[in-house]
Amino acid sequence: MDFDLTEEQRLLKESIDGLLTDSYDFESRKKYMKEKGGWSKAVWGKLAEQGLLGLPFSEADGGFGGGGVETMIVMEALGKALVLEPYLATVVIGGGFLRHGGSAEQKAAHVPGIIDGSKTLAFAQLEKNSRYDLFDVATTAKKKGAGWVIDGEKFVVLNGENADTLIVTARTKGDRRDKAGVGVFLVPANAKGVAKKSYPTQDGLNAADITFTGVEIGADAAISEDGLALIERVVDEARIALCAEAVGLMDESLKTTVEYIKTRKQFGVAIGSFQSLQHRASDMFVAAEQARSMSMFATMAGEFEDARERSNAIAAAKVQIGKSLKFVGQQSIQLHGGIGMTMEAKIGHYFKRLTMIENTFGDTDYHQRRVADGGGLI
Amino acid sequence: MDLAFTKEEQAFREEVRQFFRDNVPADTRRKMVEGRHLSKDEMVAWWRILNKKGWGVSHWPKQYGGTGWTTVQHYIFNEELQSYPAPQPLAFGVSMVGPVIYTFGNEAQKKQYLPRIANVDDWWCQGFSEPGSGSDLASLRTKAERKGDKWIINGQKTWTTLAQHADMIFCLCRTDASAKKQMGISFIVFSMKSKGVTVRPIQTIDGGHEVNEVFFDNVEVPIENLIGEENKGWDYAKFLLGNERTGIARVGVSKERLRRIKELAGKVESGGRPILQDPAFREKLAACEIELKALELTQLRVVADEGKHGKGKPNPASSVLKIKGSEIQQTTTELLMEVIGPFAAPYDVHGDDGSNEAMDWTAQIAPSYFNNRKVSIYGGSNEIQRNIIAKAVLGL
Repeated sequence: MDFDLTEEQRLLKESIDGLLTDSYDFESRKKYMKEKGGWSKAVWGKLAEQGLLGLPFSEADGGFGGGGVETMIVMEALGKALVLEPYLATVVIGGGFLRHGGSAEQKAAHVPGIIDGSKTLAFAQLEKNSRYDLFDVATTAKKKGAGWVIDGEKFVVLNGENADTLIVTARTKGDRRDKAGVGVFLVPANAKGVAKKSYPTQDGLNAADITFTGVEIGADAAISEDGLALIERVVDEARIALCAEAVGLMDESLKTTVEYIKTRKQFGVAIGSFQSLQHRASDMFVAAEQARSMSMFATMAGEFEDARERSNAIAAAKVQIGKSLKFVGQQSIQLHGGIGMTMEAKIGHYFKRLTMIENTFGDTDYHQRRVADGGGLI
Repeated sequence: MDLAFTKEEQAFREEVRQFFRDNVPADTRRKMVEGRHLSKDEMVAWWRILNKKGWGVSHWPKQYGGTGWTTVQHYIFNEELQSYPAPQPLAFGVSMVGPVIYTFGNEAQKKQYLPRIANVDDWWCQGFSEPGSGSDLASLRTKAERKGDKWIINGQKTWTTLAQHADMIFCLCRTDASAKKQMGISFIVFSMKSKGVTVRPIQTIDGGHEVNEVFFDNVEVPIENLIGEENKGWDYAKFLLGNERTGIARVGVSKERLRRIKELAGKVESGGRPILQDPAFREKLAACEIELKALELTQLRVVADEGKHGKGKPNPASSVLKIKGSEIQQTTTELLMEVIGPFAAPYDVHGDDGSNEAMDWTAQIAPSYFNNRKVSIYGGSNEIQRNIIAKAVLGL
């Protein structure tokens, strides 16, 4: 049993923290947000240069063979700096589908572009009525000759504007809520019949609603024709990554808030000298530590053999993170007072990103139910 | 990072478990499961079994009878003990006064007291809190005046746990009234059988008798019963309270209780089906299990950290352990209350005296709920823990 980082992992952490300290202050972030698709190509290039975009890929595929802990380190750092770039969509999710389900040809076609930073991906999964059920898919993929035709609508596709390739879930057989017959396809973003409407999200990222109308793709575009297990695996990894990002966000929120109440004076003293505020800050610390514990747990659970145990553990982590982030996020605003309500102050942006994480890939109630249905943890 | 215990650690867990299965008296275990109080004899009998095995004072240095276990082994032992469940060693002797004596006491004191603590030949109680000194412990007023070769002790202690069983007390007494409040305090031990010691029971809201008031009226104590230096008692008290970290989260206790909740909730009906199948109840239960898992991981982080880097500076996470550990213990008793619903009400007229063997299993659930309100108050209330985090961790 060991919760320490290895020497190599510590260096990785130092390197990404250093990169983001240099290139990601709050003012730069505002500039990056205005670029096409809502993030900075230059920063993405730096992440590629440092090898961070190739982190989880095997050495045979041109990557560094990093595991869950390495992704956790990166995601925590990205959270801490409130990073906009599509690491989750491209490396964790897109890369996840390719690593766990991609054929040699698909990997050869897509992985090098991810690693060198020239290509990004997006995951087109959410539908109007699917909410958090990954199997609930109305979009269809029908056989046509050797290839496929995709029809349907996907919503809130993160990095939808800039992505070169979309990973689309589409039904190859059965009814909307059947668990069998959910396929996974690689669709070029510029394919005929793909229409995107992109917009900024509440937390400053960028997403698109995407319509697929008679989109024809080749036989080589299918990662899986019946891929719910694959989807669940990759989305579980995305949840683990989000937990780590949230821990980074909470750390920074707590730090910023504590600094603020140490300096903000009212009634002639720093407001941090008031016990009611001290206790609130202590409770935020407790919530953040419990979240960190569960983020580590989820990271290690990602490698559990037993599928039920694994998904229960990750669901449990998402619950703890959801509860902690709500408390830390809300109380960060409360302790900042009026200034916390302004766009100008950085704290509100942390709160908004935290809030959106709760509702990504299953909220607290959804995962609590999963844990209950899965027989609990004891 | 790695969650797994080593093969040796897993084998150790099995060894500990097997020892409990073979040696914890069945009645003792049953009473613990049902939340009943144990008699003095039952507790002492079990502790002597533990001591005979060499596990009675497991965390003491080897020269005084300790085991030399690793931090992780101590963690495993505690968790297994709590979740079996079996009574934990008497904290007042084993975790509190024992370490003070072997760290600050003289050779004669070590020889005289330590073996008797290990074998519970003496039952110890703690004379810290006073009616006017709870969280503000240093304001205590019990006086020890030097008169020839004796201390003359006058004053009152309160919340003295199980003083009705006690042979010995370790007591914080003011020995220099003119010094600043933390400075003039000494750590003195003496027999509860001394002339002038009176113990009065305090009945708590669960109807039980765990705590007492203890009065000292010109109690004469030999001068050599001072531990360490005169007027340095506050340092020893801080040392003692800082030592009380192992198992403070009581993860094992809560795990055991959750298993019991599941067992009972599978039997008790609500709406024509076991309450365990009620969606609202299931989700509350899941919420509690998740909180407990997070706490267990936080505890493991502290254990792994201490194991690797030594105890050194107290880990700030130990305040997290106390706050969340107590909250979760309380939640488990609330869930038990919810399981039995209206049958929480009947008052158990037989108490714990064993006169009603067929007593319904519901009888101790409400008392246990009431009793567990104490866990966020004792050992430094949760509000004091928040003060500690604010100062020591956040620098406020």
